[in-house]
Amino acid sequence: MFPPLPNPPTQTTAPKFGPADLMRRSASTVTPPAQRQTEVAKLIDISKCIGCKACQVACNEWNELTPPIGDNFGVYQNPSDLLPDQWTLMRFTEWDNPQTGNLEWLIRKDGCMHCEDPGCLKACPAPGAIVQYTNGIVDFISENCIGCGYCVKGCPFNIPRISKTTHKAKKCTLCSDRVAVGQGPACAKACPTQAIVFGTKDDMKKWASGRVDDLKSRGFANAGLYDPAGVGGTHVMYVLPHADQPQLYANLPADPKIDPLVGVWKGKGKVAGLGAMALAVLAGVLHYLKNGPEVATEEDERKAKSLVDGAV
Amino acid sequence: MTNAWTDIKNTDLVVIMGGNAAEAHPCGFKWVTEAKATRGAKLVVVDPRFTRSAAVADYYAPIRQGTDIAFLFGVINYCMQNNKVQWEYLKSFTNAAFLVNDGFGWADGLFTGYDETKRDYDRSTWSYQIGPDGYALVDETLQNPRCVWNLLKEHVAKYTPEMVERICGTPKDKFLKIAAMIAETSSPTKAMTSMYALGWTQHSKGSQNIRTMAMLQLILGNIGIRGGGMNALRGHSNIQGLTDLGLMSNLIPGYLNIPKETEATFDAYMSTRAYKPLRPNQISYWQNYKKFFVSFMKSMWGDAATAENNWAYDYLPKLDVPDYDVLRAFDMAFNGKMNGYVMQGFNPLQAFPNKAKLAAGLSKLKFLVVIDPLETETARFWENHGPHNPADTKAIQTEVIQLPSTCFAEDEGSLVNSGRWLQWHWAAAAPPGKAMSDIWIMAQLHKRLKALYEKEGGALPDPIVKLKWPYANPDDPTPDEIAREMNGYTLSAQYDPKDATKMTLDKGKQLPGFAALKDDGSTACFCWIYSGCYTEAGNMMARRDNTDKDNVGLFPNWSYSWPANRRILYNRASADLNGKSWDASRKLIEWDGAKWSGYDVPDMLPTAKPQDVGPFIMNAEGTSRLFTLGMMREGPFPSHYEPFESPVANVIAPKIRGNPVARVFPNDLAQMANTGDAEYPYAATTYRLTEHFHYWTKNVYQNAVAQPEFFVEISEQLAKEKGVQHGGWVRVWSKRGSVNAKAVVTKRIKPLVCDGKAIHVVGIPIHWGFVGLTKPGYPANTLTPFVGDANTQTPEFKAFLVNIEAIAAPTA
Repeated sequence: MFPPLPNPPTQTTAPKFGPADLMRRSASTVTPPAQRQTEVAKLIDISKCIGCKACQVACNEWNELTPPIGDNFGVYQNPSDLLPDQWTLMRFTEWDNPQTGNLEWLIRKDGCMHCEDPGCLKACPAPGAIVQYTNGIVDFISENCIGCGYCVKGCPFNIPRISKTTHKAKKCTLCSDRVAVGQGPACAKACPTQAIVFGTKDDMKKWASGRVDDLKSRGFANAGLYDPAGVGGTHVMYVLPHADQPQLYANLPADPKIDPLVGVWKGKGKVAGLGAMALAVLAGVLHYLKNGPEVATEEDERKAKSLVDGAV
Repeated sequence: MTNAWTDIKNTDLVVIMGGNAAEAHPCGFKWVTEAKATRGAKLVVVDPRFTRSAAVADYYAPIRQGTDIAFLFGVINYCMQNNKVQWEYLKSFTNAAFLVNDGFGWADGLFTGYDETKRDYDRSTWSYQIGPDGYALVDETLQNPRCVWNLLKEHVAKYTPEMVERICGTPKDKFLKIAAMIAETSSPTKAMTSMYALGWTQHSKGSQNIRTMAMLQLILGNIGIRGGGMNALRGHSNIQGLTDLGLMSNLIPGYLNIPKETEATFDAYMSTRAYKPLRPNQISYWQNYKKFFVSFMKSMWGDAATAENNWAYDYLPKLDVPDYDVLRAFDMAFNGKMNGYVMQGFNPLQAFPNKAKLAAGLSKLKFLVVIDPLETETARFWENHGPHNPADTKAIQTEVIQLPSTCFAEDEGSLVNSGRWLQWHWAAAAPPGKAMSDIWIMAQLHKRLKALYEKEGGALPDPIVKLKWPYANPDDPTPDEIAREMNGYTLSAQYDPKDATKMTLDKGKQLPGFAALKDDGSTACFCWIYSGCYTEAGNMMARRDNTDKDNVGLFPNWSYSWPANRRILYNRASADLNGKSWDASRKLIEWDGAKWSGYDVPDMLPTAKPQDVGPFIMNAEGTSRLFTLGMMREGPFPSHYEPFESPVANVIAPKIRGNPVARVFPNDLAQMANTGDAEYPYAATTYRLTEHFHYWTKNVYQNAVAQPEFFVEISEQLAKEKGVQHGGWVRVWSKRGSVNAKAVVTKRIKPLVCDGKAIHVVGIPIHWGFVGLTKPGYPANTLTPFVGDANTQTPEFKAFLVNIEAIAAPTA
């Protein structure tokens, strides 16, 4: 059994990391601290997962998320997709294994992978809206978010979601608030079968190799660890019984990479882009000078209200 | 459970059949994952559906619901044919060698003595041959054709792999693979655990499903050992406590019996409870029955229970029928024979079969009291909720009184888990609003009833008026006080039986355990099997020491495990005839030449010599029973019977419909589809989902998000045949009702071929209703048949017939 996560401390604990431990900050230049914190990782062992959704509910409870009560749409998965207020989601895939003739029910907990090389952060134009701590956690800082959605485009795993009401991008934080005080993520705490474990990245790799050996002994010749190099490795990793075909698991990308356009934006395109933004701001100023302040009509107010009421 | 949740980590093979532990017991399932990860254990799942348990199994095979006995007899037959038997265990610890009455036999699906009009047996031939010394005759060579082993061999011979495939629809190769995996555990150094739940109990022959697996486990030598056992996974946190405390119409606490009408006197009652040993030297522990019974009566009525009045025997009700179970109660209500119903933590409008009949029964009551922490459908049965509850409110005169009660997190007390652990818990929150504890509510009822009886008298006021009520605050007894009564205490000073001058326990002291109980009225004990849970040393149930010497998985100082803090029942069977462990790595207790000792509390008299005294001390034989005499209504051996509603006839006995001794009320048979009924061609089953707990969690926001809407599951093949779209709407109907649902079209249900006929399975989860935060939906019991297991009356929720069609999305 993996050593269980400790119980919460009874005294207030000083956070173990914070703004001084940033190694990346969106649209900003930071000087990382000389000493990097030990890299952490969450390991999701598909072969132990029973799809109970305890992680999903624990995530919502800890982060005070209340996604809408939706519909059944023909599968066990609910809600139907990741949402601004559903940061992790069990995805269920039924697969007839052509080699064995057996059905396999592949259940994967989807959510932010916390890439070592985070496409979201690189794509983000808002200073400080996305940060990466030296322990590897990629966090969204909502107060700095402008809701532009570039992080969605930048993410090779299709994870961030933009709230239609608050216009902020949302995703799993790897429970950075819990990890900061020596706790593991809420999902790992709730998982009844230790399909989710949390620790240092090195320990997680070691633990995973034992699990891979066990799976190989049970006939899963291609079992392996999913820690894709295309994004510099991830701080959320999977043990996959069929690591040669990650796409079986609800389209987990076989070789995720940051969209080349993000590179363009952050590189040569950046200057041009900033120029374009400056022009847009200028256009706005001119518009104001010409037409005076924008006044919301009753119709606008009604639309805004229905938007807010309609979304939970 | 014979064993405990924590012990499952010690197994080599987990067989989940008649249950879905990953889905319905996800927290306990961690011990399966642990056995797999650290011991390399294998997991086998046999189920009509490819379940969440199957998702993490090493091997899965499908089976048609209601045919488990045929499958398991097939495995027993396989073990016999392939010499995969733990012979030494079988010969010494089971009744395989016992000789059976010459009059006993089996033909055409029935045992000797069947009376079709009574739907019951004369069980007189279901007995052993008794020698002149009064003991049962045995043939230890197993050569005598009348010995249990040879009769069983003959009985199961017809369950060949081909027959299993024909009845169960399990492909022969898959059956043989599983049979071989199971058979390997006949080795004394291999263990298999059976994890089952409602998938076995909720059949008209549910008890026999479980019994067949127990027989298999005995043949393999897997009972009484670490990592073995028959492990019933309980569906509520305290349902084990419910049965232990005898919350059934025919029981009193500790599995003692409510007297029958024919047992009008105490002597008549005790005359059939002598439990004389059937073999020399055997303990036959039920010989202490009178001690348990008298101590219970003293606990109930104190000084009013005396030797002169037979310990107030006349205060006990006498059953005029075998039991007043819930099905009978609702049948009576339906027939206008019941005035009032007090429901405590009970939502039968969702939880019992044939919703229309239940609603009609409730409508005929004069009053209904519902004591519950939640709003329930039952309390609102009179409200019209459109198609989901089409009540004719104006026509219903029943007065409904709701008493809001606390939930488990708002009071303290003990919960008994599946592993028989009495675990004390403390209140975590204050109850909302005017909710009061169940104890407070019952105390108020008692107070007022007592006052009425004292004032007005009545036919027999004594049982109420003289009820012992020894609580510091009679208006609100504490859980602590009740727990102390449960354990038992002395009513007068106790003395050493060998030295009458030596006092062992003063008056008014907590008893150390049930061995101290007396039949002379000097001890009181409410539930003998719990005795030891609250001693002079304190509340044993509140212990939270999780040390586990040598990592054996017993955790003896965590809470309290009945009986006697024993963690594995029949643990003496973990050792051979000389008292040495069959497997040194699985040591539980051993004989050191003078006494039994080890990790667990011995399930044996500590000084009983291993060669003399058998390990199954509750049985008069000292052995376990492959042949169970007259204990079960269907017969001493199980036999394959089809569900009452079956898509195919019983291949073994084509004339028999359902279980021949199950009780069926006359008006219910008319509401059942015929065998192979063309109007109801599909085999339906009901089940739970991880996202919900019965009908409670639809009131909880996050659970409602995780599984918001009623659905049914069908195969891709049936969907194609019926033009059902994935995620589209369907109507499903039985001879009792009709529901509309979303369709989950899945590869996880595949058509089976049984007796040459294609069988489609329709899966129906149970969790929706017209109360709660989830989308309003139909409860599965709209469809299910009103018939129960012949021994326990547990309803047949797992196997019945329906039809299905695609429909347009309902408007509104």
